[in-house]
Amino acid sequence: MRSDSLVPRMFDSLTDRFEGIFGRLRGRGRLGEPEIDEVLREIRLALLEADVNFTVVKGLLARIKARCVEADLSKSLTPAQQVIKIVHAEIIATLGGQSLKITFAPKPPTVVLLAGLQGSGKTTACAKLARWFKQQGRNPIMVGADLQRPAAVEQLRVLGSQVTVPVFSEPTDPVEVARAGVAEARDKGRDVCLVDTAGRLAIDAEMMEQVRQISDAVQPHYTFLVIDAMTGQDAVATAEAFHATLEIDGVILSKLDGDARGGAALSVKEVIGRPIAFASVGERVADFEQFHPDRMADRILGMGDVLTLIETVEREYDKGVAAKAEQALLEGQFTLDDFLEQMQQIRKMGPLQSIIGMMPGIPKELKNADIGEKEIGRIEAVIRSMTPEERARPDLVNGSRRARIANGSGTSISDVNLLLKQFKDVAKMMKRFGGAAKGPKGKRRRMPALADLGGLDLK
Amino acid sequence: MEIAILLLALLVIAGSLLGIVTAGRPADEDELEAGPGDHHEVRHPPPAADPGAGDLDVDRAGLNEPSSGLGTAPRPGEAPPVEEVADATGPEPDDATVAEIEEALAQAVEAEQAEAVKPRFRDRLAKARSLLAGYVSSVLSRTAIDQATWDDLEEALIRADVGVTTTTAVLDALRAEVAAQGITEPEALMAQLKGDLKARLTIGGRELRFEPGAPNVWLFVGVNGVGKTTTIGKLGKQARADGHTVVMAAGDTFRAAAAEQLGVWAERVGAELVQGAEGGDPSSVIFDAVQRAASRQADLVLADTAGRLHTKVNLMEQLRKVRRVAEKPPGRVTEVLLVLDATTGQNGLAQAQQFTDAVEVTGVVLTKLDGSARGGIVLAIQSELGIPVKLVGLGETVDDLVPFDPDEFVEALFA
Repeated sequence: MRSDSLVPRMFDSLTDRFEGIFGRLRGRGRLGEPEIDEVLREIRLALLEADVNFTVVKGLLARIKARCVEADLSKSLTPAQQVIKIVHAEIIATLGGQSLKITFAPKPPTVVLLAGLQGSGKTTACAKLARWFKQQGRNPIMVGADLQRPAAVEQLRVLGSQVTVPVFSEPTDPVEVARAGVAEARDKGRDVCLVDTAGRLAIDAEMMEQVRQISDAVQPHYTFLVIDAMTGQDAVATAEAFHATLEIDGVILSKLDGDARGGAALSVKEVIGRPIAFASVGERVADFEQFHPDRMADRILGMGDVLTLIETVEREYDKGVAAKAEQALLEGQFTLDDFLEQMQQIRKMGPLQSIIGMMPGIPKELKNADIGEKEIGRIEAVIRSMTPEERARPDLVNGSRRARIANGSGTSISDVNLLLKQFKDVAKMMKRFGGAAKGPKGKRRRMPALADLGGLDLK
Repeated sequence: MEIAILLLALLVIAGSLLGIVTAGRPADEDELEAGPGDHHEVRHPPPAADPGAGDLDVDRAGLNEPSSGLGTAPRPGEAPPVEEVADATGPEPDDATVAEIEEALAQAVEAEQAEAVKPRFRDRLAKARSLLAGYVSSVLSRTAIDQATWDDLEEALIRADVGVTTTTAVLDALRAEVAAQGITEPEALMAQLKGDLKARLTIGGRELRFEPGAPNVWLFVGVNGVGKTTTIGKLGKQARADGHTVVMAAGDTFRAAAAEQLGVWAERVGAELVQGAEGGDPSSVIFDAVQRAASRQADLVLADTAGRLHTKVNLMEQLRKVRRVAEKPPGRVTEVLLVLDATTGQNGLAQAQQFTDAVEVTGVVLTKLDGSARGGIVLAIQSELGIPVKLVGLGETVDDLVPFDPDEFVEALFA
């Protein structure tokens, strides 16, 4: 896979490194300013590798240092954890603060303007946002005012049909289209009007003047800046320029489904003081959510996103099924039926990849592998083609049964073999966990894998 | 407690699903090497009856769309794509709005084609100067080299997105040279630093490789929104001017209207466009484009691909296949160009790494360098991976796509 020099390791194991530093110090028994400075250097590295802007890092470090001194780390039994907690809290405080609450214009339509650099993902964000408004019970319309990029309006129309939101555009000029689009919204009784604009460089005076004119023409209630999560140090300059021209109300962070740490989010928030309102986290129109500063802090620090995961599990996992799984685990009796049931619960939570992505400490190969609905469907088909006895006792499945199952599920015998073998391994692992969970030792001890979940206290 | 157990179960199940899926993968190779005709098979993956491992893989690629788009494009096999080889014409308009859109497109492309004097880095970047210039003047204003000097240099490089690792490597080497050569003057220090950076960027050939004879395929890859299609349009114009006969392959079958966008370019620059059905298999589009080029004696195929995040395993797998198919005689892949947006931060290194692992990237095209971003990540890419930057995009017009010049780039880095 990737060589070590390429992977900024300080990131994957920030906690480890802190612990290393504090471990060395413990022998000396005193924690002074030099030691704190050493820790701060590590934090600085982590933040810079995450693309947090240089100036923003400086300010952040000063605040973290003040809090570290105040907390008197030398008295702490777990100084590494303590520092992580402080850094975490400080990042959240920086990212968070006031959040954007969307109110609707008393005299519709509520006009929303989207702006940003070329390729930042405005058109896609526009459609996703339209879908979000629809979910809030609104009747949005999208206006294609990007007459610059070839086929941009066509793209918006295709997206519009996917989210079933009408699209207005005409080949006049961007200011005119935007103005006419708002009039159209008013005429057609559409209460939210989303205006997609062409991508432009912040230093292109002419194009910035154009977007200002569009803004003047439609008087938006909300102006969103779309920023690519992979943006580097320049995010600040871009955000400042757009904010100076348009008075940004909020930021939409796009392409957050990659492996970028997304430090740009922190920088932009700090510099223009406007909240990150939404995050675009995947390819589907539904992969769009309101922004959570705490989760972003975990991500910037490379700590996974356990909170979202737990929330998703709690929301989507059926309580009865969960209890059954627990029972099966504790008794070491995990059948193919249980397997199927759990699989269906997982499917309800969204793409497997995004779920795995939220877990900290998962190997990269697992994180990056996509498991499509189709594969899950095939696995399901194989299990469903088995008799109840076979599901309870997979050992029963001999050669002729395998052929029958393969036939019945429209798969091949090797598919069936593979599933059975995998299930056997799963059952074995489940048994181990189940056995351990029954043991007399403390929770932390018996679940080593979970003890690492971002220092989270699982009770 | 309950949650802990659930998470565990989830993890185990996820792992097992992964095992099942990946175990089906190796067989994929056999199907892919089967021969030039095999690309037709992918159009009819049997939905249920005996799906071979190869078909499975193609399906997965189809299922998993890049994030710039949305998830309802037709999958390969659902609507058997009727391959369509058009001479620089888009699909039939089925909608009154298409005409107006095309007019707008034409205007847009016209604007992008406006004749311009060959730009130079410094002319273009003059607009964006300021931010980093301050560090250099600050370094030069001191009478000696002190800690503040090193801090300034570090800050300047990091702000240019060079990254901490590469910056540290560059400055450590510079410190050693300063000691060895007894450099004490800030001017000499700056000259040495610029020299070092230029040397780092000069490794590797920067000429676009072209072999006379069989159709050369230049493949364009990258994440979403970096400017692949636009780059192909501009490069196509230049290649035509250099006397090449060009076929453009609309391998981005995913993003809505991507083929139309390329089609407008093809028409303008006098290239032939080969496209497939939206949502179809990109490999078959590239395959047809190579065949088309061979039969028309065209010597250059510019192959577009859909933007994809480098973390999406299946889409990267799909890209591997595209490259393999493009390599089949008479085709010859002579360039695989990673298009990279100059605003990209440290993630650019991961992009370069993953795309290289998948399709052996031969060069980088650094786009949108006319903004305020410096594109310093290419220093890291060149240092760590040895991939040279071949072209840079300095503006909207055709002539704004120029060969990369390390001297100009380094000067601009501190301008």
